[in-house]
Amino acid sequence: MKRTQLRKPNRVLALAALTALLVSGCGPEYLVLHPVGPVGREELNLIVLSTVLILIVVIPVLALLVYIVWRYRDKPENDAPYTPQWSESKLLEAVWWGIPIVIVAILGFYTGKSTFKLVEPPPSDAKPLTIQVTSLDWKWLFQYPGQNVATVNYVEIPVGVPIQFELTADAPMNSFWVPQLGGQEYTMPGMAMRLWLEADQPGTYYGHGANFTGKGFAHMDFQVKAVSQQEFDQWVQQVKANSPALTLAGYQQLKQPSVVGTASYSSFPPGLFNDTVWANGGRYMPEMMDDMTGMQGHTADAGKSDQTSGMSSMPGMEMDGKQTADHSGH
Amino acid sequence: MPDALRQFADTYLMWQEGPMIWISDVLILLTSIGIVATLTYFKKWKWLWREWLTTVDHKKIGIMYLIAALLMMFRGGADGLLMRTQLAAPGMHFLDAEHYDQIFTTHGTIMILFMAMPFIFALFNIVVPLQIGARDVAFPYLNAISFWLFFFGALLLNISFVFGGSPDAGWTSYPPLSELGFDNGPGENFYLLALQISGIGSIATGINFLVTILRMRAPGMTLMKMPLFTWSVLSACIMIIFAFPALTVALALLMLDRIVGTHFFTILQGGNPMMFINLFWIWGHPEVYIVVVPAFGVFSEVVATFARKRIFGYTSMVAALLSISVISYFVWAHHFFTMGAGADVNTFFAVATMAVGIPTGVKVFNWLFTMYRGRIRMTLPMLWTIAFVPCFVIGGATGVMLAVAPADYQYHNSYFLIAHFHQVLIGGVVFGMLAGMYYWWPKMFGFKLDERLGRWAFWFFNIGFYVCFMPQYALGFMGMQRRMYTYPADMGWGTLNFVSTIGAYLMGIGFIFIVAQVLYSIKYGERDLTGDPWDGRTLEWSLPSPVPHYNFAVIPTVTSRDYWWTLKEEGRTDEIKPKPEDIQPIHMPKNSGRPFLMGVLFFVAGLGFVFNWHVLAVLGLLGVVVTMLRRSFEYDDEYYIQPEEIQHVESALGRL
Repeated sequence: MKRTQLRKPNRVLALAALTALLVSGCGPEYLVLHPVGPVGREELNLIVLSTVLILIVVIPVLALLVYIVWRYRDKPENDAPYTPQWSESKLLEAVWWGIPIVIVAILGFYTGKSTFKLVEPPPSDAKPLTIQVTSLDWKWLFQYPGQNVATVNYVEIPVGVPIQFELTADAPMNSFWVPQLGGQEYTMPGMAMRLWLEADQPGTYYGHGANFTGKGFAHMDFQVKAVSQQEFDQWVQQVKANSPALTLAGYQQLKQPSVVGTASYSSFPPGLFNDTVWANGGRYMPEMMDDMTGMQGHTADAGKSDQTSGMSSMPGMEMDGKQTADHSGH
Repeated sequence: MPDALRQFADTYLMWQEGPMIWISDVLILLTSIGIVATLTYFKKWKWLWREWLTTVDHKKIGIMYLIAALLMMFRGGADGLLMRTQLAAPGMHFLDAEHYDQIFTTHGTIMILFMAMPFIFALFNIVVPLQIGARDVAFPYLNAISFWLFFFGALLLNISFVFGGSPDAGWTSYPPLSELGFDNGPGENFYLLALQISGIGSIATGINFLVTILRMRAPGMTLMKMPLFTWSVLSACIMIIFAFPALTVALALLMLDRIVGTHFFTILQGGNPMMFINLFWIWGHPEVYIVVVPAFGVFSEVVATFARKRIFGYTSMVAALLSISVISYFVWAHHFFTMGAGADVNTFFAVATMAVGIPTGVKVFNWLFTMYRGRIRMTLPMLWTIAFVPCFVIGGATGVMLAVAPADYQYHNSYFLIAHFHQVLIGGVVFGMLAGMYYWWPKMFGFKLDERLGRWAFWFFNIGFYVCFMPQYALGFMGMQRRMYTYPADMGWGTLNFVSTIGAYLMGIGFIFIVAQVLYSIKYGERDLTGDPWDGRTLEWSLPSPVPHYNFAVIPTVTSRDYWWTLKEEGRTDEIKPKPEDIQPIHMPKNSGRPFLMGVLFFVAGLGFVFNWHVLAVLGLLGVVVTMLRRSFEYDDEYYIQPEEIQHVESALGRL
């Protein structure tokens, strides 16, 4: 424990330096290399760490290759030693079985650590915000259960607040990806998945579906607008005041395969997200739904059905073991 | 009647789809007429039937696999160029979304299953029996069936382009996108049936070569005296036998979903699409090792031969091959870290995936140290092997990066992933298979492929490769996803995509040089009169090129690893030449037209299932059953080559 504490600042420093080096060579269009939130940064750190560790193997191999091919080329004037029978060296082999094992051990350790860390909300004093994401053919519907507003193809979030994206699909499965905030997670029909992201700088960030869903897939982009808490509250009020409501009929319309622009809705049918999950097959795995925000009346456990207080009862993990089994079909 | 004709043309020939389909129709028609006319003009129909379509000789089956693989490389490559053309600039209208979707689906499916697989099977067939001192594979008749199932499976997928429509759900074909609710067309059925039919052939090949290697080695060739290529085939066969049934099951269940209306993978009725995804990758990940491990075998042979040195760390090499075949079963979930598995599951599969890099890295070091203190000759097989090392090392390294589960959340389905798997599959499999093709070409045909044209091909293909795929790593970091048929101008992806397209065309030029090289060398290639043009080390080089159909007049007794090299070193090569008194009658299998017929019947049944023409499907399957029954009651399927004939052939070759 003490050792990791001692080593940690060094590692962070080294990584920061390397990250700066890597990023300075690449313009802002390299979205993954310019994260604006803790999740994206954690992932970038791992990208840099893994790059460094593999270079420990790659560079010597390339150098050796060039040297050996040049030194032992078959030319009459070449006076390099030639030992056609030499084919064993326990020491050398121990070295190149050993080094990769050590590298994999180091990388594996940090991988496991981050994997467990990223299924929990980013540490923050702010109260997390839940946004329910439904991928449709070929557009994104965002519902704010706490605010009771909804949007299409853009999502407004407050800076510095951990956002819990709950994901499902009412179409073939897609994947929800905002490169500058952090990595992606699949949206699957009949299932509700969770992805924690957070922006710590205001701005407009590019998002896109990452899993192919047919003809209109290439047009499934959306914008994430990160604004201050105050601007976010204003925006909610504005949407409530100026936008039409999303009705069930409107949702059925929206669901039809099409490519559309952005839209805002002052309200949405209560429980739409959960009904969608339920109707698409969630009813065959009710345990999964216990865990999600606002499962009104669908599960035996009514204690978790409150829309906003669901947070506190949530286990830290993305999915617990039982639900994992359901998801992966093991 | 014209109405019916038009309807037929629109439904099945897709006559409304526009000029691309028309051109393809015309080209296919012209090519078919050309082939038929040539065969008729030169009176070669009988020859084709007797020498090729009915053959059970592993060498000829190998050559047919090789020709099919090269043709499919052309088809898959053309698909790739079409895609790269569409992506050359933002907002292009060269292809529409539907065509692009079909083309990336067929590109992936063809390259893995109908290019890489037949290419490795070509080398399995041509090399393994010769390397282990056998006269054929363990089940020659089954071997012919395997080939024809592959051939008609490939044909079924390929005709979909001009008959009924290509599949368009990606080569991974994930439900629910590939289920009836979202995909009614026959294209997806073509995919399922084509893979199913050729998959049966692949399983049979796996069994066939496993038995061949375990049971038919020459006396004295213990397992640890086997050439490394044969070891790599053994490792690949173990993986085939355990992996392909998972694909068979996944495809069969999805087919039932689509044809009979079951709900194995539709979550609406309590099925689960994740079951397909798991089954697919339980096959799919070992599959990439199945195709790359034989390439490792090729490199081991080539490096030792052209560095004139024993392979370094033989025992380690064998251990690495076998541990790769075991670990490859514990990594499949890394294809879907982002599909909601728990942190514990993701960590396990992440670390297991990194662990595959360990034995693979060891192999690279052993190849390097085989060259160390050797004498390296820069022949074509060696050039491709040397080019393989940096390409595969970088590709493997990005593979380790992808294995880091949390980082994979950023790479998944991005162009970073595309660049990675093209780098390991092209750098590993394609480079390896080309090295193998150049290396054993003289053994197959009795002449070498032209060195000069080969070098042009090599440089175009290699430079083209890096120009094409290095920018794609960067595009991944820029957030570009795979399978987008177009992209907006304001993302800054245009330049790198354009560069990538140039690279793709350079690779295309490289392929044209390979074709030119083959055609040129048929007429002008250096003839191989010794049977040992490279100064080889293993048994196949002790035979004349091309090899007589019975392979070994007298089966040699092996006493060491690199036995042929040992004999040459000790000046004992005459020992392996047949002596008249040792020549015995050789027991050989008879040719049969039934494997070909069985392929045709599978094709008919497949077509029936694709279009839900049930009568045709049942007739086809009945036909298959009848051919199997007839085979079961066949007793006169073998013959003996008499010593006089063998003596005659061997003296004509100057070996007696």
